[in-house]
Amino acid sequence: MPTKPDTEAPDLLVDVRDLSVHFALRGGTLSRLFGRDSGTIRAVDGVNLSLRPGEVVGLVGESGSGKSTLGRALLGLVPATEGSIRLRDQDLAQLSRRRLRQIRRVVQMVFQDPNAALNPSMTVEEAVGDALRVHGMKSAAERRAGVVDALERVGLSPVELFLSKYPRDLSGGQKQRVVLARAIVLNPTLLVADEPVSMLDMSVRAKILQLMLDLKHDLDLTYVYITHDLATAKYFCDRVAIMYLGRVVEIGPTEEIFAHPRHPYTKALMAAIPEPDPDKMVPRDLPRGEIPDAAQPPLGCAFHPRCPEAVSGCGWESRDLRTLVEEHWLRETAAYDEERTVIGDLAHLDAPSTSATIGSGGSAQVRAILEGMKAEDPDEPLWSGVQSIEDAGSGVTVSFEPAPSPALRRAGGVEVACVLYPDEG
Amino acid sequence: MRGTPRALLKPFTETTGLARWMLVAGVLLTAVFVVFAVFAPWIAPYGFAQASSGGTPFPKLGHPSSQHWFGTDRLFFDVYSRVIWGARTALKVVVLSIVLCVLLGVPLGLASGYYGGWFDRFVVLVMDAMYAFPSFLLAIVFSFLLTNVYGGSVVAVSLSLTAVYIPQYFRVVRNTTLSAKEATYVEAARAIGASDGVIMRRYLLQNVIQSVPVLGTLNAADAILTLAGLGFLGLGIQSTDAAEWGHDLNRALADAGSGVWWTGLYPGLAIVLLVTGLTLVGEGLNETLNPTLRRRRLLPVVMPPRNVSTPAEEEQG
Repeated sequence: MPTKPDTEAPDLLVDVRDLSVHFALRGGTLSRLFGRDSGTIRAVDGVNLSLRPGEVVGLVGESGSGKSTLGRALLGLVPATEGSIRLRDQDLAQLSRRRLRQIRRVVQMVFQDPNAALNPSMTVEEAVGDALRVHGMKSAAERRAGVVDALERVGLSPVELFLSKYPRDLSGGQKQRVVLARAIVLNPTLLVADEPVSMLDMSVRAKILQLMLDLKHDLDLTYVYITHDLATAKYFCDRVAIMYLGRVVEIGPTEEIFAHPRHPYTKALMAAIPEPDPDKMVPRDLPRGEIPDAAQPPLGCAFHPRCPEAVSGCGWESRDLRTLVEEHWLRETAAYDEERTVIGDLAHLDAPSTSATIGSGGSAQVRAILEGMKAEDPDEPLWSGVQSIEDAGSGVTVSFEPAPSPALRRAGGVEVACVLYPDEG
Repeated sequence: MRGTPRALLKPFTETTGLARWMLVAGVLLTAVFVVFAVFAPWIAPYGFAQASSGGTPFPKLGHPSSQHWFGTDRLFFDVYSRVIWGARTALKVVVLSIVLCVLLGVPLGLASGYYGGWFDRFVVLVMDAMYAFPSFLLAIVFSFLLTNVYGGSVVAVSLSLTAVYIPQYFRVVRNTTLSAKEATYVEAARAIGASDGVIMRRYLLQNVIQSVPVLGTLNAADAILTLAGLGFLGLGIQSTDAAEWGHDLNRALADAGSGVWWTGLYPGLAIVLLVTGLTLVGEGLNETLNPTLRRRRLLPVVMPPRNVSTPAEEEQG
């Protein structure tokens, strides 16, 4: 399958530095009227990514991990909040809308849903030719020649049969070929493919992926392949970047990542790939819970509340304590009424902080309950992250070890953002 | 383009039953009046404000006869000629006002829906305010104001009808734009580098304009009535400027008491028939174009001739 780019050219095609894309949350009418901040979603939060010419880089992650937003930012479809996206010698984050439109000759996109990505009232010829038209190709005959060439490249032949068809006349695979034709008709160098095969039938997927590889070889394309499907990423990509909550948590060559997943999240994703073995049950240590709220990501490593390998330095905080107490009550329903009066309300713990004050029924009692919980499950990594428990009024203040969000650090052949892999040097 | 005649015939070929015959009856009725309007100088035996022919004056309130099929009115005008010429006035006014509605309302709705924000809010507010008035009252006010500027002409009445109907076009287009602009194909258009203008013209327009023909024909029927109403109140076109059915009805009011029925019957019949015709076209089109009402005729399946299959075709299915 695809190998490393054969040229050892050190010049990068795309260099993304500290890119952040934040979306302001739209609050209620009142807060909008008074200009109150209703929070931001950090869809992409400080990502570094570089693409060498001819490379296929996969962005893999759950829904909500920011992989699609990162892909759209590469085309300038969403504005960058911070950081830079250098394409050769231009910074896309600084360009005007007019200049950005010109850039899209060089960077193109393939969308997930071929049924929605084509204008229902345009024929195939108009749809593909419009890319040429918006970039100033006036002559209809010239456009037609370009369209015919592109359609032939994507395997829609005989071309005459397809030129006057509307999207509704085509099958899903054919539509995706048209979308690909529209993307390559401008002769781009970079193609961002946002889950290009996830909406297609199994039988068509392999054909479309093979077609994309053929196009890459014929047209010297560079791909950013966005997917949640590790199986196709393994087949398709030279390098893979695993994303979680807007950050890259692990990036490296595909073989290395698949052979030796390092980040616990990567391991969890690998474990979630179903295996065709009846004796194997659903994998055991899948991450618990759901992907957290991107408006208020967990402190420290964003993955720590779900991490099966969490340790003391992961950035434990007040919300984790709330979850722990509530889980404890779920198990020990008999003790709930009594302990609830001692502990009091937990709602204030939702504000993320490394110190949490709980309890309203006397500090000694609260301390006893916490001790009991610790004895129940001494392996719970949260306790190792507790620095001190001090009396505060009729309750206690639990202080956690503050931890920064781990940066990407080299570990073996890859880079991992996890406290388990400290800098090698 | 070869497909255009077929596309124009689509409402007919793809419908069945009632919708089809409503459409046919409406088109025939309307076509008769369009022929009247276009060929009025040749069809009408006299001019619309002609009181004598070849030196002989017409009789006042003359009975229908071989010279004057529908009789004459109290101004010595030939009623038959005025009915024919009236079709021309009605069509001029309606076509002009609907063209203005489409030319102003559609781009405004498109831009308002696409850009959103304060511009959208402002335009919506203005349009809603206009929509809140009873339409006939609005038409009266506008024709009052406009007759001072343009006189009692076709342009003045058309403009006042435009003011009445434009909020409907604006609303329909704005609301469909609002949902259509979120579609992936709009983002795809942005991804190939299309500007806002191109996206609105080539991507959104065709997808939001579909309900406009229905609205146009239904409004046309309504506009005929409003025009006749204005004429009846004496606010529309004066009888020496052009023949106008509503105004003729107003003058016929006095005749009805004295047993003169022909001055009122024929203009009234013309109004009823044209309004019926346009409404039938509108409802027929609605049944055809509106997917929630549409019942398509099952067309016979024609198998394509066998040919060598290509890889792309194998994906079909």
